[in-house]
Amino acid sequence: MKQDILICGVGGQGTVLASRVLAAAAMEAGHPVHSAETIGMAQRGGSVTSHIRIGAGAWSPLIPPGGADMLLAFEPAEAVRNLSFLRPEGIAIVNTAATRPVGASLKDTGYDGREMVAWLKDRCACVFVDGEAACRPFGSARYLNIVLLGAALGTGRLELTEELIRNQIRRYVPARFLETNLKAFEAGLSLKS
Amino acid sequence: MKEYVMGNGAIALGALAAGVNLVAGYPGTPSSEIIETVAKYPHEGIHLEWSVNEKAALEVAAAAAYSGARALVTMKQMGLNVASDPLMSVAYIGVKGGLVIVSADDPGPISSQTEQDTRRFAGFSRIPVFDPASPEEAYAMIQDAFACSEKYHTPVLFRPTTRVCHAYAAIDVPDRWEPASFEGFRKDASRWVIFPRLSYANHGKMEARNAEIARDFSDYRFNTVEGAAGPRAILTSGVSYAYVKECLREHPEARIIRVATAFPFPEDFLLRALEGVEELLCIEELSPWLEEQALQVAGRHHLALTVRGKLDGTVPHHGENSVALSGRLLADFLGLEPGPSPRDCSGAPPLPVRPPVLCAGCPHRASFYAVKQAMKGQKAFFCGDIGCYTLGNAMPLDMVDTCLCMGAGITMAQGLRHTNPDAVCFAFVGDSTFFASGMTGVVNAVYNEADMVLCVLDNSTTAMTGHQPHPGTGRNMMGHIVDRVDIARVLEGIGVRRVVTVDPLRLEEAVQAVRSCAAEKGVTAIIFKSPCVALTKPTGKCIIDGQKCIACKKCIREIGCPALITDQGQVRIDPNLCTGCGLCGQICPVGAIGGAEQ
Repeated sequence: MKQDILICGVGGQGTVLASRVLAAAAMEAGHPVHSAETIGMAQRGGSVTSHIRIGAGAWSPLIPPGGADMLLAFEPAEAVRNLSFLRPEGIAIVNTAATRPVGASLKDTGYDGREMVAWLKDRCACVFVDGEAACRPFGSARYLNIVLLGAALGTGRLELTEELIRNQIRRYVPARFLETNLKAFEAGLSLKS
Repeated sequence: MKEYVMGNGAIALGALAAGVNLVAGYPGTPSSEIIETVAKYPHEGIHLEWSVNEKAALEVAAAAAYSGARALVTMKQMGLNVASDPLMSVAYIGVKGGLVIVSADDPGPISSQTEQDTRRFAGFSRIPVFDPASPEEAYAMIQDAFACSEKYHTPVLFRPTTRVCHAYAAIDVPDRWEPASFEGFRKDASRWVIFPRLSYANHGKMEARNAEIARDFSDYRFNTVEGAAGPRAILTSGVSYAYVKECLREHPEARIIRVATAFPFPEDFLLRALEGVEELLCIEELSPWLEEQALQVAGRHHLALTVRGKLDGTVPHHGENSVALSGRLLADFLGLEPGPSPRDCSGAPPLPVRPPVLCAGCPHRASFYAVKQAMKGQKAFFCGDIGCYTLGNAMPLDMVDTCLCMGAGITMAQGLRHTNPDAVCFAFVGDSTFFASGMTGVVNAVYNEADMVLCVLDNSTTAMTGHQPHPGTGRNMMGHIVDRVDIARVLEGIGVRRVVTVDPLRLEEAVQAVRSCAAEKGVTAIIFKSPCVALTKPTGKCIIDGQKCIACKKCIREIGCPALITDQGQVRIDPNLCTGCGLCGQICPVGAIGGAEQ
């Protein structure tokens, strides 16, 4: 197995947990794994990425441009920003709910993500997820990361099983949020298009 | 056992496996997680500290190494500038136990002021340096660094870069480890007391020893040659080696020479590796260190060798390397078919920019705003410093006129005042930076009759680098509760005329404090005390009364809090971001914002 997965989003959306769960699930399946995270100044409100490289022979900690098998985008503009990483036959899972940049209120740009979604549609194989709607039953946007993991697995493109991912959710999510997160994972899985 | 850790974690685990007895450092991206990882794993019998700054850390560790203990010091590359005073001297004195100084470089720079190169510091101070290409190598190499330090009784530098520090990999580590046993300090003035005579004698010994280490390094396991002999070769190191390997996966015949020990340079190794090579491409980050070494070797041995790299303009001097850049360089140099062209992303809609900003509810925002309000209409200069509060430069606050290096704001405010006597000069410094290198600047101000207002932004943590404790927090890395060093009492002890402590979230009181301090001659200080919002629970949420709000947007224009958003012309507060700090409510001209408990 050899898979490169790029997770992108905005600081605070829970990309790091999603990256950790994927990496741990692949390791439990016996694959060599490398990953890399954005750390430092960009963490809060900035563009963030996690690179997960599963399988032997990955030298660079970062996925080369045009090398990602999957782009898991937590935000539509971040999907566009990172699209050059996706290989021609790769797939993008994109949350359509926009996160407006901090400071957008100073000079109102009217950004709402729709133009990003429209542009992406013709550029690559996409699965669009309305993250806002998907998280509504759980009462908080903090379940977005696990919903998207479910949606990613639901595409059938990840060479990982539901059980492997569930095990790692159990391992990394605090007990009091576990039940809701497992439901969020189910919800994501059932979004398969 | 297998541990999935980041490069910094691998360095920490490697040091533990090497039997380290003492670990000291000062936080700085990308190095901070090394000490934090040591703290997370069993470390009984090991002294662990966040020192007040890098110079202190190196001196604490040097004395431990004089005692025969194994000591690890951690910092970012600019921290090595602060520690360079003890570094240059301890290089002459040498050590008994292993002393390894990790100085993490930051090509890009991604979160630093400079693109300096620690390998050059190794050459300057005449001590060995190790340069890992991955977390796995970092784990093994830090142990080699300790062995080298003890074999040659010299401090050793260890230079990872951001991409190695922040990359994750699974590391095989022992199930348990123990700190090494050591003899303890033995008095010997002829060895431990630096005098010109001793420095003269030791300088000669150092150079002779370095020639020996260079020969040793010529057989070092991480100095490697791959591929077939031919007229072209690549010389590389660190994470650039990983990029080159990634690019040349389909070309095992390409000759790759990797030097993991930049100093003392393994000349014999390079000479052997260059056999038959006519043209050499140097791919490395930061300074052209390997390139210069290759040119020297070629000159000394009259090799007919063309050396390409930064010096001849083939490779850019600045910025970090990448697979994409390496791929282009290698395709040109080796005449390879260019790889598949990257996906065409032209015509993409304009992307929102997401610059880093002060968090919603950050007390620094309120402190800057209070000073700005108090100084309205007066000529005033604002000297910033290193930390989250550097972000006070962003619009609409626009409250940072200078930022240079740790602690510099305090002394620069003095220089500005001496040359601009009609301006009120402010220095903004965080609590951790105040202890690291701010205090001496205040002494300088009092002694040299400066007129300035010192603003200590005290949020009771080292926020920017991940919330490390410091002398003002009352807690240390051994997990002990200790006496807090009180900033107000320090300032009073130094002789600052007037020291006022205010809560920046009480805007009117804060503005008054600034006005009264700014009106006074000499050195005055305001301590803006309010905890970092990332470490406290929100006190409530602010809400806007839609009936009262006149949509003037003054709150947005004045303070630029990320929680204040506009929605179809109306101002709203994002409840997911608001911490209930209440600053906006104190600015609203019609009293439309309320809701938070104050």
